[in-house]
This record gives sequence, C-alpha cells and structure tokens, in this order.
Amino acid sequence: MGLLYGLVSGILFGVLLQRAEVLRYDRQVGALRLMDMTIFKFMLTAIMVASVGIYFLKDMGLVSLSLKEAAFGAQIVGGTLFGIGWGLLGYCPGTAGGALGEGRLDAAWGLLGMLAGGAVYAAIYPALKATVLGLGKVGKVTLPQVMGVSHWVVIVAMVLLFLAMFRLFEKKGL
Amino acid sequence: MKRSWNPYLAGALTGLLLVLSVAVAGQYFGASTTFARGAAAIEQAAGVDTTRYEYFTTGGGKYGPDSLPNWQLLFVVGIALGGLGASLASGTFEIKRVPDMWAARFGDRPLWRNLTAFAGGVVLIIGARLAGGCPSGHGLSGLSQLAVSGFVALAFFFGGGWATARLLYGKGGQR
Repeated sequence: MGLLYGLVSGILFGVLLQRAEVLRYDRQVGALRLMDMTIFKFMLTAIMVASVGIYFLKDMGLVSLSLKEAAFGAQIVGGTLFGIGWGLLGYCPGTAGGALGEGRLDAAWGLLGMLAGGAVYAAIYPALKATVLGLGKVGKVTLPQVMGVSHWVVIVAMVLLFLAMFRLFEKKGL
Repeated sequence: MKRSWNPYLAGALTGLLLVLSVAVAGQYFGASTTFARGAAAIEQAAGVDTTRYEYFTTGGGKYGPDSLPNWQLLFVVGIALGGLGASLASGTFEIKRVPDMWAARFGDRPLWRNLTAFAGGVVLIIGARLAGGCPSGHGLSGLSQLAVSGFVALAFFFGGGWATARLLYGKGGQR
C-alpha cells in the first residue's frame, strides 16, 4: 500500500510542478538569479498551507511530526554544497525526474550524476562522520520549541513574512 | 491548455497534497535519499559487496540496496510520470537538449551542458546527504513542521545556489 501511495502522490506532485513550470531550468536558475520567483511562490505557498494543516492535525492527535536532526555543521556545509550543485544542474532531486519527463534531456545527466554522487557519498562517509557530521548537533527541534512559544505564533509570523515576500515579488514583477 | 497554472494555486494544492500524504500514508515528502539507495542497488547488481560501505549498513541498512523499493522511490518515479503526462496532455512536452537560459550564455552545445549537469548532480547529492535532505525533505517537509534543520538547510541551499548562479551568469538579473 505504501508503494501505491508513493506513486500516486508523486504523479500528482509531478503534475502540479509541471503545470506551474517549476520543473524548468530557466525557472530554477531564474530564482537563484533573483529574476523569476515562480518556484518560491509555489514552494512557500505549499509550506504555508501544509504547516497549518499538519499542526492542526497534530493538535487533534491525528498525525505526528517526523523531524530531521538540526546539525549546524552538516546543514551549513551540506546545504552550501547542495546549493552549488543546484546552481550547476538547475534541477533538484525531486524535480530532475519530472524535467526529464517533460523532455529536458540534460536532466538525465543530472540524474546519473546524482546516482554517482550517492556512491561517492557512501565512499567518503567515514571521513565525513569523523568530521563535519558531528559538528553543532542540536537535536530534533522545531523553531517554536527553541523559542518557547506556541507553534501557532510561529506559523502566523511565517505566513505574514511569506505574504510580504509575495507582495514584493508581485510589485517587482518577479 | 498550454498556459501555465498560477504558482500560488499549484503551491497551495501541493501543500494540501503533503498534508494528505502525512495523514493517510504517514509520509513526508523527500527525494534525495533515493539516489543514495539507488547507487547501493546498482552497485549490488554490479556485484559490489555494498556491506563494505558503512553508510549502506548504517541504521539497519536503511540506505542499503535492500531498502528499495519503498515509498520514496515510487514518489520520485511518480514525479517523472506526472511531468510526462501533464506535459503531453497540455502540449508543453518538448525535447530540449539545452535550456534556453544556458544556451543564451554558453551556446547550445549539449556536451558542456551535460558535463555541467552531471557534475552538478554529483555535488548536489553529496550535499543533500550531508545536510540530511533536499528542497523537498528540508524545504517543503521541514519548514511545514517548523524544523530548525529545515530553516538552516534552506538558507544555505539558496545561498550556495545564488553564489553559483552569479559566478556562471554574472551580476545583475536582466531578462
């Protein structure tokens, strides 16, 4: 059943990404060049809606969170490396397959590179574990936990921030 | 039908889809781990003893070759199928070797574009596995849960990407 849910969710996500033109290199790199904020409009709206939905259901006791550990060394070094690769490739792990699906052949080379990257990562993992992976671990924490406030306070603040960003994007025609 | 959908509307629907996935299947979106697992499965199929690699055995083999197929692999495959189906149905499917923006700056030879795409893919997955996720896992799923890890990772995804795009395309975003 899990496999079927994965396939159906993936197809629906792929349709939404494709129809909003989020899969395209020109949109992805356009955002990194601060020229075209389409992918951020898509992503930040999704986050707004999902944060309200997930925390509402969590308050009702219907779902649980699945947090990744905050580890500043790993997320700062890994995040920067990811960003460099993203800038070169112009697709991300979720969108590269979809881009190939809409006929972008360069995405196939990106996908092959990602598989090669997985092999390289496994090969260098012991060295990373001994160094950067252990740095600055803070545990599986959320922003409201760290700030000691209700999650709804953070959600409202985040929504207001995103709406202000959207207003700026629209004003500047991005 | 060629006209694209409003990104805010499509994004809001994606948010609902994520909530539904968490509520029904108990799954948050993510994509990058599939490529590490895929590498393990390919190495195993090629006769490599993947247990030689600590990463593929860690956590009871959750990144190892036997972790596939799983929810996330089908999710990633589904995105490709969704992209294919939606582009065919809307008349926006287009075989393209080199993106327009790339061609305008570096020319339309596929060789350089493909080499750069491959190298980008390698670096991106090393970064994503190090950070523990990509814009799906850390971005969509992480920020929706207000995870500290998500905010930090997304900021550096964007920072690294912005710097790289600036090196490639120069200063100033002229359309």
